[in-house]
Amino acid sequence: MTQPTRELHDLSLKELAAALRARQVSAVEVAGHFLQRAKTHAGLGAFLDVREDVTLAQARAADERLAAGNAGALEGVPLGHKDIFVTRDFVTTAGSRMLQGYRSPFDATVVARLAQAGVVTLGKLNCDEFAMGSANENSAYGPVQNPWDVTRTPGGSSGGSAAAVAARLAPAATGTDTGGSIRQPSAFCGVTGIKPTYGRASRYGMVAFASSLDQAGVLARSAEDCALVLSAMCGPDPDRDSTALDVPAEDFSRHLGDSIEGLRIGVPREFFGAGLADDVRAAVDAALKQYEKLGARLVPISLPRTELSIPVYYIIAPAEASSNLSRFDGVKFGHRARDYADLTDMYERTRAEGFGDEVKRRIMIGTYVLSHGYYDAYYLQAQKIRRMIADDFQQAFSQCDVIAGPVAPTVAWPLGGHGNDPLADYLADIFTLPASLAGLPGMSVPVGFGTHQMPVGLQLIGNYLSEARLLNVAHRYQQATDFHLCSPEGI
Amino acid sequence: MSLTAVDIDRLARLARLGLQAEERTRLCAQLNSFFGIVEQMRAVDTTGITPLAHPTDVMQEVALRLRPDIASEPNQREANQRSAPAVEAGLFLVPKVIE
Repeated sequence: MTQPTRELHDLSLKELAAALRARQVSAVEVAGHFLQRAKTHAGLGAFLDVREDVTLAQARAADERLAAGNAGALEGVPLGHKDIFVTRDFVTTAGSRMLQGYRSPFDATVVARLAQAGVVTLGKLNCDEFAMGSANENSAYGPVQNPWDVTRTPGGSSGGSAAAVAARLAPAATGTDTGGSIRQPSAFCGVTGIKPTYGRASRYGMVAFASSLDQAGVLARSAEDCALVLSAMCGPDPDRDSTALDVPAEDFSRHLGDSIEGLRIGVPREFFGAGLADDVRAAVDAALKQYEKLGARLVPISLPRTELSIPVYYIIAPAEASSNLSRFDGVKFGHRARDYADLTDMYERTRAEGFGDEVKRRIMIGTYVLSHGYYDAYYLQAQKIRRMIADDFQQAFSQCDVIAGPVAPTVAWPLGGHGNDPLADYLADIFTLPASLAGLPGMSVPVGFGTHQMPVGLQLIGNYLSEARLLNVAHRYQQATDFHLCSPEGI
Repeated sequence: MSLTAVDIDRLARLARLGLQAEERTRLCAQLNSFFGIVEQMRAVDTTGITPLAHPTDVMQEVALRLRPDIASEPNQREANQRSAPAVEAGLFLVPKVIE
């Protein structure tokens, strides 16, 4: 048996899958290697639950299937799951004290599908409480450190997923994106992330935040690796999620190698305004130049309601959250207050103790905008502008094939940098919110470094169901550049 | 328009959130600062626009999807109640509601 010459964590997910299939390395060896790395770098705070016995048992089962010749597409490949996906064999907290120690009686569809493909679970990854946040500082279990600079945020809410992939503690990780929670941490940690079209992946078993926005996706080191994992996790789920799209699963790798000669890249004017930091602008401009070299054509476009997407999103998402989170009442699962006078007091104390500040803020906003006398002025008005934002994109896509711009206005800020100002976090979501509101697929692709040598991500937005094309556009760039291969020093 | 301490109390009661006095003051200030950026949204002319409740609506005709009305799930009461704070004889326990 020949061993791969590089260390296992240096291999791409695709290479790892091939080495496992060729039996050059066993799933147990691979799992053991990554578990050891997770232990060595536990200080990053990326993992919330690791169970060596469970992971190694899954790896042994994968090795048996590999030996028997009935291996799945990703047999033996280890992966971390964002702690928003419920898992039978690992604790699921959603980053909340409310669900401390919670064990789900079932696996989320995304988790089950990946297991079906042979994936071995390394553990559960830290995130903002109920996926509400942009810096991973809203987790009840402590923040995550950015592997590129441990004093900085990894972004959020899928901060643990992004940090784990950047630190090569896992070749890929699942994430969820409601308003940018895959794209922004991917950008901040220099990894590749994709949020597919709303409804591509089942939401069954994804702890609900805002149901008309929540979407599962993947973070990995390259577009090629993202395509492999995404292909295994998407597809209809008619009995479990009535909002999952009724479109068959597809092979998202099939167009990776296609030429992008003549590709029309729409560049929205509103993404390059005064709020964009110079270092991010320079890296994004250089990436667009690289695309021109590859044969693409830049087309100036307008997304006139970009700024409006902030209030629209922060009305709609909290409205849905206030409704979804009413299930946490201390009766069927999760935390219950120790002392209370009566039923109402039990609810009020349970929720006061179980929820963190940001979650309480959003529940209050949501309750307000849905309350009698304010519903039309806020919630309904936001939904109307949401339609206009979706229409703006269709207008733009009549002039271009994909849209490109920055993921975030700045590179990752220092942990604690936004202090006690939640509004600063909201405003930093400006470039990811429009695609979320429209339900469009979006990616973040590493395109260089800004100040303090922190990574910069290029956002690519495609039309509905165009993931294969988006991944192709990202892959061609990664064939010509090596930013996605850079890794933080000392890890 | 500005939210007052009375509004915050009303909302907290509706949301079943017990708030400390200090939390109430902080939330009041933070919510008012948030609704400052919401004002621009209220000025937009949306006459004749149909609200978009769900993005799938833009992609495909969404009919309410129904499945055959047959029991497909096995009884998993014990597994489902394992994480409950208080259970007795297969029932969820709550404080007494009716005297």
